Amino acid sequence: MFLKEYFKTIYLTIRSLLKGMKTTGYYFTHQKEIITEQYPEVRPVLAERFKGEVIMPHNEANEHSCTGCQACEIACPNGTIKIVTKNEINAEGKKKKAIDTFVYHLELCTMCNLCVVACPSDAIVMANNYEHSVFDRREFTKVLNKPGSKIMEGIE
Amino acid sequence: MLEELGTNDQGDMIINIGPQHPSTHGVLHLVITLNGETIKKVEPHLGYIHRSIEKMCESLSYRQFIYVTSRMDYLSSHINNHGCALCVEKGLQIEIPARAQVIRVLMDELTRLASHLLWWGALAMDLGAFTPFFYSFREREMINELMEDTCGARLTMNYIVPGGVMMDLHPDFQRKVKEFLRLFKSKIHEYDDLVTGNIIFQNRTKGVGYISREDAISYGCTGPTGRGSGLSCDIRKLYPYEIYDQLQFDEVIETGGDSWARYKVRVGEMVQSMRIIEQLIDNIPEGEFQAKTKAVLKLPKGDFYTRVETARGELGVYIVSEGGSTPYRIKFRSPGFSNLSALDHMSRGGKIGDLMATMGTLDLVIPDIDR
Repeated sequence: MFLKEYFKTIYLTIRSLLKGMKTTGYYFTHQKEIITEQYPEVRPVLAERFKGEVIMPHNEANEHSCTGCQACEIACPNGTIKIVTKNEINAEGKKKKAIDTFVYHLELCTMCNLCVVACPSDAIVMANNYEHSVFDRREFTKVLNKPGSKIMEGIE
Repeated sequence: MLEELGTNDQGDMIINIGPQHPSTHGVLHLVITLNGETIKKVEPHLGYIHRSIEKMCESLSYRQFIYVTSRMDYLSSHINNHGCALCVEKGLQIEIPARAQVIRVLMDELTRLASHLLWWGALAMDLGAFTPFFYSFREREMINELMEDTCGARLTMNYIVPGGVMMDLHPDFQRKVKEFLRLFKSKIHEYDDLVTGNIIFQNRTKGVGYISREDAISYGCTGPTGRGSGLSCDIRKLYPYEIYDQLQFDEVIETGGDSWARYKVRVGEMVQSMRIIEQLIDNIPEGEFQAKTKAVLKLPKGDFYTRVETARGELGVYIVSEGGSTPYRIKFRSPGFSNLSALDHMSRGGKIGDLMATMGTLDLVIPDIDR
């Protein structure tokens, strides 16, 4: 009786193993169903909304739409964004607040998207870039407004 | 001193498993007292990944603190966010639009599915089968892509915010979820062929890591760990939140109390999650995805408690407010901590090889335990 059980277990084990090996063998012989990608050669197609880093889009005339209201700086949980503002005198001779530098610390950013949601003038967006490795950590501190850029007309 | 030599004064061997060990799924440190191969005591040492999330939350506003909780139980980050958002909404007493509720439940169930898929592969790997890991990751990758499309991230989404969800669904979401369900159903027999039907796997899990219903209650086991012992503890059924009370799904309960029962509960839950997704995917109501909220959220003075069912069990969020814009105190009742505390009881008297099976079916996520 014991021997019968013993051999039955061996039989069942081998049968279940072969059943599993059938699945493995199926994918071994069906190369088309393999889903792994050879990363550096094959680039992944990223989703449109993928949160890689914060950027500030500029138009052709080197203009952005950041008013320097600092809503993103307040919304950020990590202190990633630091905005330095200055007072500009516009054509009518009035003083107007504008950004001097928009400092973005990539190394502190967790891509939570709260700054983009908080921005009232849609001046910052999330970009798709995901390869962030650099040789010097100072390169993580970025200034998002381009040199010489100014605010777009009609944005308050 | 004696512990350093590897034995205690009764002559039992003392072994450290972890903090760097592939079977502990993170930085869990277990000090095991052994008599030969028989386990006499398992002592978990915690704190290797303690980031004081509860304390950090005290200095963040009610909008900001939710993103930190994605890092707690990172495999069910949507559900963590959901629990926190529900607690803040309870304090603010705001109505959530119907569309947002459906999106939240859909995302929760997709997360639960992804979490159980990862657990399934990791458990098989703990028990010596390497290939199942790749099969489960193949399906999990599809869910991750769905998340990436809509939320913009694969693991720590920060998608559920007080008042609803952060962004509307991606236009392709419904089509892709249906495609995923169709593919997953055509592949699910492979899961049974590879692992469930395997006699070696069955022998290694049946009767291993037994915990009775009474002990599961006294240790505070929830989720699949509790349900594997016959304890009805599904928060979605007992204290329904959002639209769970209108949905048709079963609470999977097994009475075995061993690793095999916990395995069967989780596999059953995957099927139930698919049932919920199928019910909702064609019935997403139109409308707003976020309720109008004030720029600065301020909870009234008092304390608020909500609970949600994560992939591991009951997550409780307790907020004490003094009326300001930041919480006075936040406490998370995490499922992993209570489930881990039962590990000693489960594995005592068993063999050291069975410890991996027991730990694997508990589905521990270490940042959830340490917080």
